[in-house]
Amino acid sequence: MTDTTGTATPEMLADGEDGVRRRDFLNIAAVSATGIGGVAVVYPLISQMAPSADVLAESSTEVDVSAIQPGQAIKAIFRKQPLFVRRLTQREIDEANAVDAGSLRDPQTLAERTKEGHRDMLVTMGVCTHLGCVPLGAAEGEPRGEFGGYFCPCHGSQFDTAARIRKGPAPTNLEVPEYEFNPDGTVITVG
Amino acid sequence: MSFPWAKQYAPTNPFMRWMDEKLPLPRLVYNAVGAGYPVPRNLSYMWNFGVLAGFFLVLQIVTGVVLAMHYASDATVAFGKVEHIMRDVNWGWLMRYAHANGASFFFIVVYLHIFRGFYYSSYKAPREMIWLLGVVIFLLMMATAFMGYVLPWGQMSFWGAKVITGLFGAIPLIGEPLQVWLLGGYAPDDAALNRFFSLHFLLPFVIAGVVILHIWALHIPGSSNPTGVEVKSESDTVPFHPYYTAKDGFGLGVVLIFFTIMTFFAPNMLGHPDNYIEANPLSTPALIVPEWYFYPFYAILRAFTFDFILPAKLWGVLAMFASILVWFFLPWLDKSPVRSGHYRPLFRKFFWFGLIPCMAALFYLGGAHAEEPYIMLSQIATAYYFLHFLVILPIVSSIERPDPLPYSITEAVLGSDRKAVLGENAEPAV
Amino acid sequence: MIRIIAILVGLGFTGVVMLAFVTGAWTAATEGMGEETAEHVFHEEAKGPEGGFSFDGPLGNWDYAQLQRGYQVYREVCAACHSLKYVAFRDLAQIGYTEGQVKALAAEWVVPGIDPDTGETTTRPGLPTDYFPSPYENNIAAAAANNNAIPPDLSLMTKARHGGTDYVYSLLTGYEPLPAELREEFPEFETPEGLHFNPYFANLNLAMAPPLTADGQVTYAEGNPDPTIRQMAADVSAFLYWTAEPKLEQRRQTGLWFLVFMLFATILAWFSKKQIWSAVKPKRED
Repeated sequence: MTDTTGTATPEMLADGEDGVRRRDFLNIAAVSATGIGGVAVVYPLISQMAPSADVLAESSTEVDVSAIQPGQAIKAIFRKQPLFVRRLTQREIDEANAVDAGSLRDPQTLAERTKEGHRDMLVTMGVCTHLGCVPLGAAEGEPRGEFGGYFCPCHGSQFDTAARIRKGPAPTNLEVPEYEFNPDGTVITVG
Repeated sequence: MSFPWAKQYAPTNPFMRWMDEKLPLPRLVYNAVGAGYPVPRNLSYMWNFGVLAGFFLVLQIVTGVVLAMHYASDATVAFGKVEHIMRDVNWGWLMRYAHANGASFFFIVVYLHIFRGFYYSSYKAPREMIWLLGVVIFLLMMATAFMGYVLPWGQMSFWGAKVITGLFGAIPLIGEPLQVWLLGGYAPDDAALNRFFSLHFLLPFVIAGVVILHIWALHIPGSSNPTGVEVKSESDTVPFHPYYTAKDGFGLGVVLIFFTIMTFFAPNMLGHPDNYIEANPLSTPALIVPEWYFYPFYAILRAFTFDFILPAKLWGVLAMFASILVWFFLPWLDKSPVRSGHYRPLFRKFFWFGLIPCMAALFYLGGAHAEEPYIMLSQIATAYYFLHFLVILPIVSSIERPDPLPYSITEAVLGSDRKAVLGENAEPAV
Repeated sequence: MIRIIAILVGLGFTGVVMLAFVTGAWTAATEGMGEETAEHVFHEEAKGPEGGFSFDGPLGNWDYAQLQRGYQVYREVCAACHSLKYVAFRDLAQIGYTEGQVKALAAEWVVPGIDPDTGETTTRPGLPTDYFPSPYENNIAAAAANNNAIPPDLSLMTKARHGGTDYVYSLLTGYEPLPAELREEFPEFETPEGLHFNPYFANLNLAMAPPLTADGQVTYAEGNPDPTIRQMAADVSAFLYWTAEPKLEQRRQTGLWFLVFMLFATILAWFSKKQIWSAVKPKRED
């Protein structure tokens, strides 16, 4: 430290608007810099909890759907969650289309929930929109509920053949994830 | 306790007044590190390291909790989990490098804090309890750091765990069963890794608890100062805030500049390459050394190579533990009525030309290969280490004639107590 | 009393350690400081390629073309024996490959898989999410195929050795016949059958046969430097530094910002501190 530290006399500090302003400015700036630094450090601390690179890399899944017979369904895994792929029978398609979409809790038609040219292929997440249980009905012999689609055993949500919510506490239809068919229609890429 | 002229906490804001009635936490902070704590006005930058150590404890806990979110203490996956943190977790590399270098900086500032204490005899009455708690903190830090170094499960982790637990094997009769008990097996494996992880997570919070006791004990006599003369009047002190918050803030900035350089530009400089090789129980690295902050004690451990009544290994272990335990007795070994090394000519010579070179040598030798001439040099340094604390210090403190002390802190600062102008411009410039 | 005990304890420890010192000194005086060994005298310090690497120094950065050439050397030469188990194919996007190229590169590798119908282990082409496969089923197979020396995983090699990239480069280019001076000085030293003399390796005898034996061993695409042994060694060393420290670029960039900010904040803190203390720090007048 040099002896310039001693040059600020009480008079200088008391008088002179400039002195006051400069000193306030310095301290406010120093404290703000600390604040900015603190906030900057919080960013990595928060972002470290977001999905890591290996988890994000697994966010697309390919599923071979060619072997599914009408009336059958398979369970696959997409982002560590169950994915239901179901080939509807003509009767199931008719049933789904017979319902007036406007009367439903979450109005959607079967056509809105399937792809052009593959109206019989219903791809949904196997995650109940109520509290996240896995509904029954995808595997052989499981109850499909009153509406012939899926039935969630946790709190009794009933889904129809287009996996739309018809009865019970779930607020929305089973989610249809982003997916695409490959050109010959045998494989879907989800995500 | 505080000095009678300490400022009283008097909140004007109604919420703060309500808070003060229900839970006087702001009052506690105000009296601990705020304007309500009068501190000697002459503290040098050597008095920054307590606050800095506190900062690094918090940094270690924050980054450590984050790392624990991504780590698994299973010997088959631990090494890979650390690589997962380094490669895939968002900012994981920053968390790990900050944690690893944060440990080093924690030790750097704590060593400076301790050696400040040696030079200015901060351990003397009425501050013995602060010192004793400080040594406890240091021991807890050593245990925590050792167990933390095992977690990445590299070669140094594994062999460090094996060698350090092997020290307990030197104890007669119970040694070997004790070592097996510590490890939960015959060599470090899942059991050891899991318990080390658990304790590595627990101990920092124990340290934080002892730090609170350390600060509590500090506030009873108040801070020491470079003259070693106790505070006599109001003109000897300034309030902690804003004077020492500003000074500590600047000191923190300087240390963080060095920390930034290490963490971002040389993150592995203080580490050891072998720890990037996964633990292999069948192959020992050519040179097993602990982290640098254990070097002095490791050098003392290795200096004992001669069986004299007891086996050399046991002597080494005893000496290593004794070398830290002697610090507990310092308040009663150093009987000089004068605290500060500034006014103790003979003590000062032994400090600068004895203890400091001896510690520097031990720091160097602890990391060197166990071969000549390093072994002989570490034997000389070890001999001086014990002589200094256990023989020289008691004798010097009784035969030395100290230099005349200033009447007061104010006199030391201003040259004359009568010119104490603090009364006139005591209002802090904030 | 406590001080008398302390002095006795202190003298005790000092005495024992001085006894050790005297016996050590006696041994050193009568038998010398230990014999010089060939490993000591002929071991050479690692040296990097001429001109160094693009990422040397605190602000150096990747040379993507070099990393891609290094990947090619790893794939065509090193991968026959060495795994790279902490690196995934998707990571190759970080060294300048597009998403499509990464898919294609991954598909060139064969990784272990499971037959979806029978559950038997089988193989399939790699996907970007797969990690580089190990050339051996397990350590025993690796040891059996390599004269009992297990080829180490290379993911972290450049951080796991003193000298890092320079060491890898030196080792790859450092094979030579046993020098005549060494033969003269240490007649007992020999390179056993199946090992190879290399002055950069700690004990001078290395199990790995020279992997880069001829210029042009790997064919580089148009526009790249000639694939001399030195060029290939430098390229693969650079690639292995990327596999060991993939976040280097992000680390240095963040660090620079942080350092500038810290300098600025610390200067502010200095002036603020000076300002606050000015009132109580009059000039010393004696």
